[in-house]
Amino acid sequence: MTTTMQTTGTREIQFREAINECLRQEMERDENVIIMGEEIAGGAGRQDQGVEDAWGGPFRTTVGLIQQFGKERVLDTPLSEAAFIGAAIGASSTGLRAVAELMFIDFIGVCMDQLVNNAAKMRYMFGGQVKVPFTMMTRIGAGFGAAAQHSESYYSIFSHIPGLKGVAPSDAYTAKGLLAASIRDDDPVVFFEHKGLYGISGPVPEEPYVLPLGKARTVREGSDVTLVGISKMTWVATAAAEELAKEGISCEVIDLLSVSPIDYDHINSSVQRTHRLVVVDEDTPVCSMASEICSRVAEEVFDYLDAPPSRVTAPHTPVPYSRAMENEYMPNETRVITTVKKLLNR
Amino acid sequence: MDLDRAGLLNLYKTMTTIRHFEERGIPETGQRGMSASVHSSAGQEAVATGVCANLTNEDYIGSTHRGHGHCIAKGVDPKLMMAELFGRSTGPNKGKGGSMHISDMSKGMLGTNGVVGASIPLALGAALTSKVKKLNRVAVAFFGDGASSQGVLHESMNLASIWKLPVIFLCENNGYAMSTPSEYGVSTTHVADRAAGYDMPGIHVDGMDVFAVYDATAQAVARSRAGDGPSLIECATYRYYGHTVFDNPLTYRSKEEEDHWRARDPLMHFRNTIIPQGDITAEELDQMDADAEALMEEAVKFADASPLPQPVELYDDVYVDYPKEMMKRGVNMAV
Repeated sequence: MTTTMQTTGTREIQFREAINECLRQEMERDENVIIMGEEIAGGAGRQDQGVEDAWGGPFRTTVGLIQQFGKERVLDTPLSEAAFIGAAIGASSTGLRAVAELMFIDFIGVCMDQLVNNAAKMRYMFGGQVKVPFTMMTRIGAGFGAAAQHSESYYSIFSHIPGLKGVAPSDAYTAKGLLAASIRDDDPVVFFEHKGLYGISGPVPEEPYVLPLGKARTVREGSDVTLVGISKMTWVATAAAEELAKEGISCEVIDLLSVSPIDYDHINSSVQRTHRLVVVDEDTPVCSMASEICSRVAEEVFDYLDAPPSRVTAPHTPVPYSRAMENEYMPNETRVITTVKKLLNR
Repeated sequence: MDLDRAGLLNLYKTMTTIRHFEERGIPETGQRGMSASVHSSAGQEAVATGVCANLTNEDYIGSTHRGHGHCIAKGVDPKLMMAELFGRSTGPNKGKGGSMHISDMSKGMLGTNGVVGASIPLALGAALTSKVKKLNRVAVAFFGDGASSQGVLHESMNLASIWKLPVIFLCENNGYAMSTPSEYGVSTTHVADRAAGYDMPGIHVDGMDVFAVYDATAQAVARSRAGDGPSLIECATYRYYGHTVFDNPLTYRSKEEEDHWRARDPLMHFRNTIIPQGDITAEELDQMDADAEALMEEAVKFADASPLPQPVELYDDVYVDYPKEMMKRGVNMAV
């Protein structure tokens, strides 16, 4: 992907390394930042046996933190998401800036109450008396044969909830800048990491930096159709755009980045030029980010549209296990290309 | 018990203030058409009072849907609370919370809470802040016998125990979760018995006896401040009214049972214990009752004279930083 927001830096690191570097820098920058979760370090309580960092996070995004910051600020938790997510919210309300990791978004059911009824609502219910600078890091994404309880992409659930913010970075650069912004933000933010991005490298400045919450970015300019990608789907949209370019179809690709607030203005202004919209979203379609964006575009820039706002998403099914079915489940370039051509009568 | 004369008088003052707040404020709220979400803690005054007398403004409490007593005992101004119940902008929550969300961060009051058990991990988090920042504060998580069956309590007790957090799990067992008796919903004889599963002290005390509550809490607070971790205290108590003002408790409990508990009234117990000791007189306590009654008159007047929130304030304080335009974009709001 090319980006219009990228600044400096030619050093390339992986998405997972960018997250790790950001956590390290934010914890160095502010002693009130703590992180907790399952297997954040791993092998907890066995320091006397030389065990300090048995896992470093299930995807090694938190490796090395416990050596640098100690077990007071890097807290391995038992499997008690309601208690530790809730405790992170309580800690963030009383002077800390807590980051908690929910291993997979599919596990949200066991702790949703704390996010919905405390994190999202405390400031409002309390009449502005409290700030909740809490960040929940979590994982989304299918494509790994992990089946229905480890593969969902439930970001739109959080977009629906007033009081929460959400970001879904698409590469190492946006991961580092948006995680820093999430941690420094005084509101609760859910940070969605797609499992399919961890190994992808890209240029990332070594120094700390912040990208704005609530802003999309254009990663490819074009004139015939606007493709909006979310998280890993930005790569799918970009790959489709490259193929379509060979046939003379010019796609503008927008990387949504923020799932709350949603940067409708950025999308609208693109659609006003291209007159067509396709949202590429790995989540299921009903009451989704894709349906939300389509309905807003239809409401707000209806007169500019030359074709119905369209979607390429997962079907309204759970994520299947067998690759034979999972490959069909995931949005891919072919489906995007077919959809774009249909809108252009090509 | 380490309380001097002033300390003892404070216990009574807090209890009578809570009693008068419930007896006056709830019907007054109902008369203003906003009683659906109000729960009286009349009968349970000794618990909030005995617990919070051990705490400072720096310590935190998480409270429940039946939390007026906790607020008053933690130092929240009853006049402001009345304004909150009446939906006025002078309430501590500016009319956005009401009875089930009264909070005062300046007093370490992390909110009454409308979801049973939900405030428990907030207290846990406040205790974690104290431990990480070495502030030597304690946090008390109030919950009822109904919440004692919520998973989040058990997760929180386990986490507090392994991390040795300075938190006290404070169960107000008033015998009923709505109309479900605790002997039906709780598997053990006492909620306090459940502490054994989490390797912490579990103490069962008479929640109608403010001195017993005070002493049990003092021990648990000392244990937490010493870095020895959490405790569970169960206070056996009783709510004089139904779950809310709308249900008739005599559909699920007997008049005899109510009379039995009312004969053990916590304010009366205080009087019967303290007056015979000779240092504090009935007249002094009568005066405190009269002062509390006058305070409620003042509170009702203050609340009635306070402005209602402007409708446009509904967009305030959803976030610290978020475009307000996004909260109403495209939905045809009038304000």
